[in-house]
Amino acid sequence: MSSADTHNKVGTTGLLGWIDARFPLTKMMREHITEYYAPKNFNFWYYFGSLALVVLILQIVSGIFLTMNYKPSAEGAFASVEYIMRDVDWGWLIRYMHSTGASAFFIVVYLHMFRGLIYGSYKTPRELLWIFGMLIYLCLMAEAFMGYLLPWGNMSYWGAQVITSLFGAIPYVGTSLLEWIRGDYYISDITLNRFFALHVIALPLALVFLVVAHILALHEVGSNNPDGVEIKKHKGSDGKPLDGIPFHPYYTVKDLMGFVAFAIVFALIVFFAPTVGGYFLEAANFDPANRLQTPEHIAPVWYFTPYYAILRAIPNKLFGVMGMGAGVLIFFFLPWLDRSPVKSIRYRGGLYKTFVGIFVISFLMLGYLGLNPATTTNTYLSRIFSILYFSFFILMPWYSKADKTKPVPDRVTFHAH
Amino acid sequence: MLTNTNTLIMQAVNLHQRMKSLAKLIVICAFFGTAVQANEGTFEKANNDVSNKASLQRGARNFVNYCSGCHSAKYVRFNRLAVDLDLTDDQVTQNLIFNGGKITDTMVNNMSEADAVAWFGKAPPDLSLIARARSTDYLYAFLKSFYLDPSRPTGMNNMVLAGAAMPNVLWELQGVQKAVYEGEGGADGKSVEKHFKGFELVTKGKLSPEEYDEFVRDTVNFLDYIGEPKQLERRALGFRVIGFLLLLFLLVYALKQEYWKDVK
Repeated sequence: MSSADTHNKVGTTGLLGWIDARFPLTKMMREHITEYYAPKNFNFWYYFGSLALVVLILQIVSGIFLTMNYKPSAEGAFASVEYIMRDVDWGWLIRYMHSTGASAFFIVVYLHMFRGLIYGSYKTPRELLWIFGMLIYLCLMAEAFMGYLLPWGNMSYWGAQVITSLFGAIPYVGTSLLEWIRGDYYISDITLNRFFALHVIALPLALVFLVVAHILALHEVGSNNPDGVEIKKHKGSDGKPLDGIPFHPYYTVKDLMGFVAFAIVFALIVFFAPTVGGYFLEAANFDPANRLQTPEHIAPVWYFTPYYAILRAIPNKLFGVMGMGAGVLIFFFLPWLDRSPVKSIRYRGGLYKTFVGIFVISFLMLGYLGLNPATTTNTYLSRIFSILYFSFFILMPWYSKADKTKPVPDRVTFHAH
Repeated sequence: MLTNTNTLIMQAVNLHQRMKSLAKLIVICAFFGTAVQANEGTFEKANNDVSNKASLQRGARNFVNYCSGCHSAKYVRFNRLAVDLDLTDDQVTQNLIFNGGKITDTMVNNMSEADAVAWFGKAPPDLSLIARARSTDYLYAFLKSFYLDPSRPTGMNNMVLAGAAMPNVLWELQGVQKAVYEGEGGADGKSVEKHFKGFELVTKGKLSPEEYDEFVRDTVNFLDYIGEPKQLERRALGFRVIGFLLLLFLLVYALKQEYWKDVK
């Protein structure tokens, strides 16, 4: 090996030097891990980003093992899931990790999004970061929806039947679009096969690509923090942000702690309550798909129910579908709806805080209402909370500007441990 | 609860139920505020215990004697039963396999679907997952709720599943009961609203009501077990995993504290 071989810009030698002369390994490690400066005042809310990444990996790995034994056909799907649960070594554990992981993914993503919301993390210069995040969320919803059909239980079947039928509400092209999506006149073996293809290849690929884009965008602009101040404004003589600390080792060890705490809760569910009383795995899904018999009460899994409640709140089907879609897509516009001069909720006034409170209550209430039968009272409640939900977004340009803000400190607030 | 259950298992079950509730509480309270339990709450508790092997053995006996003539449990393998119920392969072959099947077979039966539809109006459902789909409390109530109803082809109806196609195959053991109603007369004495009050035994069965309850409980226990044969293994492993994670947490917490001492 000549010395020219190991000549590289980062000054490493040996095998690493040989690699670094040909591939930016050390450069990337420094840029994204050991010399990525993150604000030192991250709080509890900042665990959920790295946890989402962990759950993504968990889903991919457990999914690969499930795929080894799963049969994507109307004839064999249900039986193959039971085969996994009973005859495959550790199959039950892999399956429960995957089914619990699906709900866990939404829990951490919702908390991660809420963090972004209250600390104004979508505001300049992080609009694109927020948009990548929202695209991840959309992909995740599609991924979860398609994955839910695969066990081919009766709730899988009727859930897919109901949700795909929403496309039929679109004027002119609805019916053709519906057939195109299902590949048949109803949910059938053909639908199951294509959902399988999308669930195991197309959407995970898109998810991973978007996660990379999300992290690259984050590392370009730098992390926001609970104070919503830019740490890059105050740099030391070495050019490093005064309030920043290297991601590794400080946040790797902190996130490791967060991961183990998460794993404890996760294990409690996997080992002691994998169905979570019918919320993570619905009782009706232990009956095989039956085209002639609907489950007693069709409801999507909990993570979709806020939007499902909006859909049912609106009497007209087409407007209901539009309302549901708007409920999801409106998050994209947050960076432009928010006119406040400050980012973090810490320095905003009572008006903004009231609206955030209204938003949280209406989101949770819609989630609850979406799980339950649409009685007259529930429908009226859904209407009230849908209006409140949208008012948080639609009135934002007004109240975020009218709100009395507090002075934002120059540097982050941090109390040493 | 059964008297022969030893205290250790009882404690384990109690702890398991508490952890189960705790896990539920964390998730449900955090995200919904209010808890509504699917399939629970409306029926008398089955109070079965899947860790009770004797009860599971009796339940398996009941199942093959009274249920498997019509119902399959097509995902349940006989040699898995042998392992989980502390039986030898020979014991299973001699006592639980009636259709000439092998120990490696699953619990299918020999009734064709066409015959079943002709005889009962619909094919009896496979029972592998019935406890998970309907809940053990539902099954316990169902098997105790057959009553005389001459308007039905079988002469019997069921209070839990009105118009059930299934005849009461356990009448010999339970006896025959009739439903007793409480009339609430209207002011004019014409419109009478009936409220179900309870059952009354018309003909005594081979078993006393208490013995019959135990019989049903064992059977439901077996159905609970076959719904998820790995559930005992799952819980047992769970305690070890949680124990390991708690220790690991102490370690990573100390690690984090050590590093973060530098951050001022």
